Amino acid sequence: MEAVLKIFRGDATSGAFRDYTVPLDEGMVVLDAVHWVQAHQASDLACRWNCKAGRCGSCSAEVNGKPRLMCMTRMDHFPPGEPITLAPMKAFPVLKDLVCDVSWNYSVNRRIPAFKPAPPEADGTWRMQQVDIDRVQEFRKCIECFLCQDVCHVLRDHDRKDSFAGPRFLVRLAGLEMHPLDVESRGAHLKEEAGIGFCNITKCCTEVCPESIHITDNAIIPLKERVVDEFYDPLRRLWRRLRGSA
Amino acid sequence: MDHLETKTYDVLVVGAGGAGLRAAIEAVDQGVSVAVVCKSLLGKAHTVMAEGGVAAALATTDSRDGWRVHFRDTMRGGKLLNDWRMAQLLAQEAPARVRELEAWGALFDRTPDGRILQRNFGGHQYPRLAHVGDRTGLEMIRTLQDRTVQAQRIDVFMECTVARLLTDDGRISGALTYRRESGRFLLLRAKAVVLATGGIGRAYKINSNSWEYTGDGHALAYDAGADLIGMEFVQFHPTGMVWPLSVRGILVTEGVRGEGGVLKNSRGERFMFRYIPEMFRGDFADTEEEADRWVADVIAGRKAEARRPPELLTRDVVARAIAQEVREGRGSPHGGAFLDIASRRKAEDIRKKLPSMYQQFFELADVDITREPMEVFPTTHYMMGGVKVDPESQAATVPGLFAAGEVAGGLHGANRLGGNSLSDLLVFGRRAGAGAATYARAQSGEPGVETRQVDAITAELLAPFERKGSESPYAVQDALQDMMGTCVGIARTADDLQNALAALGELRARAGRVGVDGNRQYNPGWHTTLDLRNLLTVSEAVTRAALARRESRGAHTRVEHPDSDKRFGTVNVVVRRQGDAMTVVEEPIVPVPGELRDILEGKD
Amino acid sequence: MVAVPAEVRPRGFAATERRDAWWVAPLLQGLMLAVFISYATWAALQNANYHWGGYLSPLYSPLITADWIPVPPSLLILLPPVLFRATCYYYRKAYYRSYFLDPPACAVGELRAGRYRGETAFPLVLQNLHRYLFYATFLYLPFLWSDVVHATRFGGSFGIGLGTLVILANTTALTFYSFSCHSARHLVGGGLDCFSRTAASRACHAAWKGASVLNARHMLFAWMSFFTVCSADLYVRLLASGVIHDVRLL
Repeated sequence: MEAVLKIFRGDATSGAFRDYTVPLDEGMVVLDAVHWVQAHQASDLACRWNCKAGRCGSCSAEVNGKPRLMCMTRMDHFPPGEPITLAPMKAFPVLKDLVCDVSWNYSVNRRIPAFKPAPPEADGTWRMQQVDIDRVQEFRKCIECFLCQDVCHVLRDHDRKDSFAGPRFLVRLAGLEMHPLDVESRGAHLKEEAGIGFCNITKCCTEVCPESIHITDNAIIPLKERVVDEFYDPLRRLWRRLRGSA
Repeated sequence: MDHLETKTYDVLVVGAGGAGLRAAIEAVDQGVSVAVVCKSLLGKAHTVMAEGGVAAALATTDSRDGWRVHFRDTMRGGKLLNDWRMAQLLAQEAPARVRELEAWGALFDRTPDGRILQRNFGGHQYPRLAHVGDRTGLEMIRTLQDRTVQAQRIDVFMECTVARLLTDDGRISGALTYRRESGRFLLLRAKAVVLATGGIGRAYKINSNSWEYTGDGHALAYDAGADLIGMEFVQFHPTGMVWPLSVRGILVTEGVRGEGGVLKNSRGERFMFRYIPEMFRGDFADTEEEADRWVADVIAGRKAEARRPPELLTRDVVARAIAQEVREGRGSPHGGAFLDIASRRKAEDIRKKLPSMYQQFFELADVDITREPMEVFPTTHYMMGGVKVDPESQAATVPGLFAAGEVAGGLHGANRLGGNSLSDLLVFGRRAGAGAATYARAQSGEPGVETRQVDAITAELLAPFERKGSESPYAVQDALQDMMGTCVGIARTADDLQNALAALGELRARAGRVGVDGNRQYNPGWHTTLDLRNLLTVSEAVTRAALARRESRGAHTRVEHPDSDKRFGTVNVVVRRQGDAMTVVEEPIVPVPGELRDILEGKD
Repeated sequence: MVAVPAEVRPRGFAATERRDAWWVAPLLQGLMLAVFISYATWAALQNANYHWGGYLSPLYSPLITADWIPVPPSLLILLPPVLFRATCYYYRKAYYRSYFLDPPACAVGELRAGRYRGETAFPLVLQNLHRYLFYATFLYLPFLWSDVVHATRFGGSFGIGLGTLVILANTTALTFYSFSCHSARHLVGGGLDCFSRTAASRACHAAWKGASVLNARHMLFAWMSFFTVCSADLYVRLLASGVIHDVRLL
């Protein structure tokens, strides 16, 4: 059994899809096929990977047009005989072959107001109940594969990287905002810097998340509602004014 | 050297896993300038693969725990070959390091009274592993990453590999690195270098490690003249995935057994009852009934009064047992043992406590672990041996060089307990950062870097481009991995080890003929070629150290010397470079002082 | 930013490397939505045949009979629920994808006209007032439940007809739809950071948990309730216009 991979080879200036024929093994994943190509046909084929177990989020790419982790995509997932297209994430500038420049993500992360805990109890530690952290633990499952960033049309099609932090960082912000110990306020950051209003909740981020985080329903929409509390809800504004707190 | 990009720092940290980031945070807190270089993107380091938890005697789940018990467990797990001072520091400081993570935003699973929940693990007498389901490492790396970013003053060079350490008159003066993205060289001058590069798992075919684990730190330190100790002790984790081929070696967390999972052979026997070593006989259940009682207590959240199931013996014991069952014809269809949690816990609990395991088996192996057993076999997992360091400051034997985490040797002795590596990263990462900062501050003036030395290195690094197509780096790496698995695996013989040395000579010659295609821009063929040098160095170190230790102890098993030898219990095997030759010497280990000896003997 | 050259990976409307029939879902969704909206609009404009015995069409509930209003009263009655749906987090996804084609499907190129502002500028910024429409439609629920009670009155005596069940099903669906609303989930407890500290916050946690269970099925309730509203109206309308006869079950 063999499969044909059409892999993007090139960089930001030029490139093409090239065909590679790869022998198939039981249980093989797309990343195995890429490694086989590296070892036998194109030693300089660039791709990122680390854990090969869906835990580190390095091997993000677009397989037959869908953003996926190559290590968690089985070759037998595709109809036999049809070539499989492998391309780098489209929302970021390509560096070489399957590797993109994702540095923009790291610069967004740097601007997020840091975790600021409330003072601890008398013994210097904190008490938190599991029910208080269940919600945040879901967000902390994120492996930063940036597939959600890749598929988000605000970044991918509209290229509004100037104004919108993208789903990954809204998830991170949700993890901080809903953290039971955190006392920092990030409302203004969400509205102005992270540009949460740019999200039109079309949910592609949730569809591609390999960790099955309910990005839209559990992170972004609740944050939108919090931003409404702070900036858009006229009654709450009036109430705050009456109490003299805003 | 034309247009060599050069930057200068007080402290350079190599590696951005738990130890590296913790070191960088500590160093920058002490007011020195710090840079971190890492081979992958920030946050992808192998620490994310740590699943079970971080061992710290917080005593939140079982109040009988304390640093003394943790110390004793660690020493006994390491077959008393550990650096006792490091083991003591680990046990004493781990709780504060874990609580510190909480202050930085980490969210561990909770006890009913709102404190950090701890889980049982192999070799730990009490539930001791603070955890987050089965993704504890991810929680740690993300917390440290956020803290690093928050510090704002740490320069991180991502996808940048250290090719050589530079020395000036015997002192560390920096490192020559190449940026993977562009293939361009970057000279990082520094007064102190902290190695936090992890292990050597890629020297073996079946391993649980990522491509990064090529023994870089071990080899860099060795080249710079530092001593390596305990290189014969390679941990084979008892439970790696077996089938399909594609996932062979991927880790199955010990948490499965901590949550009540049992090991069975093809006859359905719980064979671990037959493998309890003399040293641990009193501490483990000898009937299934007692073992089940322990599991029932743990699930119900009660203090367990029964003794622990033998599945929770230390990793060396369990790995050898599985290998023996398979060798004697009682293996599973794909040559492993059955690890069964499905019949022990409710499906819902399994999905809640072991979500990543559930997903990993479901998606990659078509196995639903809530309904059927897993097939497992030992996989190369961890390097106990490493750079010989001072226990207080983590300083290596070369001035200005420090090491922390897996690349440092001594702490774990002959066998590491699960969960101790995550606490190792925190405790000794911090100490290395502090040690390096203190050292750097005490240096007057910048250490010099010789242009000639740098030019010679860059020429050597670029040489493979001139030798187009004669030998594939992947083929050489593959052959090395095969050879190490066959000759320097779980059970070792003198003949195999001698054959390994001969084979390493041939592989070194082949590596010298490797040529690469393409250009310097993000070229994995070239990177693999450069990694080969390190892999060959550490493979040789492991083989030579294994030859020198003519006994079986912990993770090191010599077939012709099946028992532990008292004399070898008092020495470390030290690997050292002398000119171009690798030498091996025995050095006595510092005896455990009286009051700690009492703890070991249960007299505390 | 430079990306992959356009000749290799085309950009623009409907550009994609996806092989599946990505256009089916948005097309079906758009058609279904159009059918329901068209029917509801047509029915609301009839201003007749909305009443039969104890049965009242949900499109006309609560019933206002004032002939001084220049437009059919049903239009006024329907305004808050229509806006509730128009600003609903689920329907927004549906119409942004099917009608605005923004995006038509995941990883499929879209029409790019002008600079994208999302929901940051007028008029879409008004989506943020969704909670007020939740408050408003919440007030409809007592009337809708009283319609169920009325639907059991047959000339002064208790009874159950097929219409009773249709109206009951609709009111139930609308109730689930309302309480599964994302804004409601936020308001009952989602806005808290810590659930366990006080008795009140623990109560909020229970409410939030319940709302979360419903919220996970918000899309289902959105479609179900739209379907039941139209069906209930149609049933009453057919009865009132004498096309069919009610089936009396009890």
